[in-house]
Amino acid sequence: MKIMVAIKRVVDYAVKIRVKPDKSGVETKNVKMSMNPFCEIALEEALRIKESGLASEVVAVSVGPTQFLETLRTGLAMGADRAIHVEAPEKIYPLTIAKILKALVDVEKPGLLLLGKQAIDNDQNQTGQMVAGLLKWPQGTFASKVVLDKEKQVATIDREVDGGIETLCLDLPAVITTDLRLNQPRYATLPNIMKAKSKPIKKFTLQDLNVEIKSDLEVVEVTEPPKRKSGVILSSVDELIDKLKNEARVI
Amino acid sequence: MEEWKATCRLLTHCKHLFHGRSTPNFQRFCSSGCRCHFNQPSESIKPYIGYYQQELKSFSRPLVSLCMNQWNRCRSQYRLFASQATIIQRRPDFSTISSEDLSYFKNILGEIGVVQDEETLDAVNTDWMRKYKGTSKLMLQPRTVEEVSQILKYCNSRCLAVVPQGGNTGLVGGSVPAFDEVIVSISHMNKIISFDKVSGILVCEAGCILENLIAFLDNEGFVMPLDLGAKGSCQIGGNVSTNAGGLRLLRYGSLHGSVLGLEVVLANGTVLDMLGTLRKDNTGYDLKHLFIGSEGSLGIVTKVSILTPPKLSSVNVCFLACKDYASCLKLLLEAKRKLGEILSAFEFLDHDAMDLVLKHLEGVRNPFPFSMHNFYVLIETTGSSESYDREKLDAFLLNSMENDLISDGVVAQDITQASSCWHIREGIPEALMKAGGVYKYDLSIPVEKMYDLVEEMRVRLDASAKVVAYGHLGDGNLHLNISTPQYDDNILSQIEPFVYEWTSKHKGSISAEHGLGLMKANKIHYTKSPETVQLMASIKKLLDPSGILNPYKVLPPSLFTKS
Ligand SMILES: Cc1cc2nc3c(=O)[nH]c(=O)nc-3n(C[C@H](O)[C@H](O)[C@H](O)COP(=O)(O)OP(=O)(O)OC[C@H]3O[C@@H](n4cnc5c(N)ncnc54)[C@H](O)[C@@H]3O)c2cc1C
Ligand SMILES: Cc1cc2nc3c(=O)[nH]c(=O)nc-3n(C[C@H](O)[C@H](O)[C@H](O)COP(=O)(O)OP(=O)(O)OC[C@H]3O[C@@H](n4cnc5c(N)ncnc54)[C@H](O)[C@@H]3O)c2cc1C
Repeated sequence: MKIMVAIKRVVDYAVKIRVKPDKSGVETKNVKMSMNPFCEIALEEALRIKESGLASEVVAVSVGPTQFLETLRTGLAMGADRAIHVEAPEKIYPLTIAKILKALVDVEKPGLLLLGKQAIDNDQNQTGQMVAGLLKWPQGTFASKVVLDKEKQVATIDREVDGGIETLCLDLPAVITTDLRLNQPRYATLPNIMKAKSKPIKKFTLQDLNVEIKSDLEVVEVTEPPKRKSGVILSSVDELIDKLKNEARVI
Repeated sequence: MEEWKATCRLLTHCKHLFHGRSTPNFQRFCSSGCRCHFNQPSESIKPYIGYYQQELKSFSRPLVSLCMNQWNRCRSQYRLFASQATIIQRRPDFSTISSEDLSYFKNILGEIGVVQDEETLDAVNTDWMRKYKGTSKLMLQPRTVEEVSQILKYCNSRCLAVVPQGGNTGLVGGSVPAFDEVIVSISHMNKIISFDKVSGILVCEAGCILENLIAFLDNEGFVMPLDLGAKGSCQIGGNVSTNAGGLRLLRYGSLHGSVLGLEVVLANGTVLDMLGTLRKDNTGYDLKHLFIGSEGSLGIVTKVSILTPPKLSSVNVCFLACKDYASCLKLLLEAKRKLGEILSAFEFLDHDAMDLVLKHLEGVRNPFPFSMHNFYVLIETTGSSESYDREKLDAFLLNSMENDLISDGVVAQDITQASSCWHIREGIPEALMKAGGVYKYDLSIPVEKMYDLVEEMRVRLDASAKVVAYGHLGDGNLHLNISTPQYDDNILSQIEPFVYEWTSKHKGSISAEHGLGLMKANKIHYTKSPETVQLMASIKKLLDPSGILNPYKVLPPSLFTKS
């Protein structure tokens, strides 16, 4: 069985986000970009499934401009067997990505499609669900545990829901999106980084896949959340009561 | 993004609960249960006894009781934790605090600047390692240079001894009183005065915490030229006063290069304005250098002007494994050649240091979970072009692998991974603290010889203690640490004076970057010639004739006893 994993390049999670002065988006120039952490978890899970003998190949897929190749290299250095780069502009919304992924699934015919539950840049949390809908495959979102049964061709996943853990059984092929607690992604080791240099990256254009970019969404403005006012330390209970009465007006 | 961050925070939260000492700030709340106050001697001498460790009771009792008799007569102090049990005497010519003194200080500083509550004093009397403890009854917290000046002028006239204190993260017992010296804390002098975006020159008060300066500069697109594990607590004034080296010395040089100016208050209250903001100024003697690294013995630093380099966007971190020390050295040479201008740190640790960190530090991730190696090297590059730097780094790594200098390695793919690599290296002092007793030596030794000392020490100590080595290999600076379940004078006598003699024989320095403090004041002759030490004593006498500033530290106290 082949596993396909979608990975996205985003502003590194440890970077302090700055909004562009013209409010058209967030600043990405001179900013450290890394693989979306949820995608990293998805890839790690795919690699573990392969290492346990339940899959034969892991294919990493990314959709975006040339710089996304770096993120694919990271994926290959972690252990993906090969990669697919779909050349596209940076700003694409989930439905288009889902269409692209569906087109790639039609070409590659994987038994499992793994995605991060969301990308930490836009937090949209839609792509996995949409591609499952387009493919008419069963979906297991926010997986915190994945167990495959090769014979029965089912995947059993745990998902964290309010008040407990829900367990789902999905018939393969299926779409699974991954949550934080699923695993801890590995480091890219030197030998694997070197090996990754010679692993193939296949390129597709949007025309190749017959997908058109059109979006029903338009970003009007991006602004910073209001700054939290810092607290003050009061010197006495009386002062506190005074503030609660006269400033906060809660008593 | 927010959700990801929040979840990560949640996951690490539980760790932090048990991980208080990950920030040295925390130390005050975590006083270990392994020590207790000694309560046999009479009330009057109690303040001079310092610390006593439970485990040591049995073997050291005869020594202690011997000292007890002396205490009654000459108020000497016996330090069980100090570098070799040294007995130093409180200088009889120093006054003790009177109620007039207190009202004078309250008059200048107000009630809030005069701290006498026991809990706070307990914390500021105790050093970071909990190895040295003074018995000061008073901490002063000035807010302006005028207040510092008034304090010192008064203390000088009253012959009251003073300890300048910054973040109290010093590792040689220099930042806490030896006896009952008045603690002058610089913590409240923490304002940033100016920053010039073109030249990168920052002027700030001495009590600014290093990490706050780093954060301030980050916003401006600059970095501090120094960084060290204690950044969350240590202050720029303390860094300057200890001439701290740290993790980026390899790249940005020592503080003697990056500090452009200082404002210093002398023992008699004179304010020396040397707060230049010029890169070049050859008018007369460059006196600021006297105060860089003088550990509070010549004056109190109140303001600092420092040259900061611009922040570069491309940072790579790799954590490598080497089979032997010779490979680490070859790798260093290669890194200097092949990485050249982008190399920004080259740190090493040995197998025992790694083992200790993995055992004692919460939240550490072993980059090589399936195998242990003899040596580990952390290399950081900092440059301005991601693809260019990456290409250089990859070529260097490939070449080093082909030449068998590296046996394994990982390259951090994001900032989180880079931080966890740094966490291993920066967490060693903390892991050592958790492992029990530790004898710390901070040595400069010609790099080829450096690890011989570690091996000789292992042979000497055999199984009685764990010898842990790490340090700033790029600067020829070894941190040799001997970790024992508890402090033990038998082990200490195996270590000292051997370690100092060995270092001296190999033309090394017995204090590369931590200073001499109380721990090594009497050991200066292992590194400096008698003539040099004499001149230092003359300078000290010139600037501080009564010797009130940080007495018993840095230079041998015997040089100052009046005959
Ligand atoms: C063409 C030219 C270009 C220059 N360009 C520069 C420049 O770019 N930057 C710059 O900073 N300077 C420059 N200078 C001046 C510079 O100070 C000197 O060139 C050089 O540093 C002095 O070295 P010297 O051996 O000639 O010393 P001298 O001229 O012999 O002496 C200079 C001073 O040092 C003392 N001195 C000399 N040797 C010793 C010693 N061994 N021990 C103690 N004291 C000693 C002398 O008593 C004297 O006070 C330039 C000079 C010239 C002529
Ligand atoms: C976890 C850890 C890691 C460390 N790593 C490094 C490292 O990599 N490199 C390195 O060089 N050091 C290191 N150190 C030790 C280092 O010397 C201190 O962390 C720091 O430089 C001292 O700053 P501080 O503000 O804590 O000073 P303190 O500890 O308060 O004081 C240190 C000395 O300076 C004097 N002093 C402090 N402030 C002033 C002032 N304003 N004016 C005059 N004198 C003053 C004190 O009297 C004392 O003698 C480390 C310490 C820890 C705990």
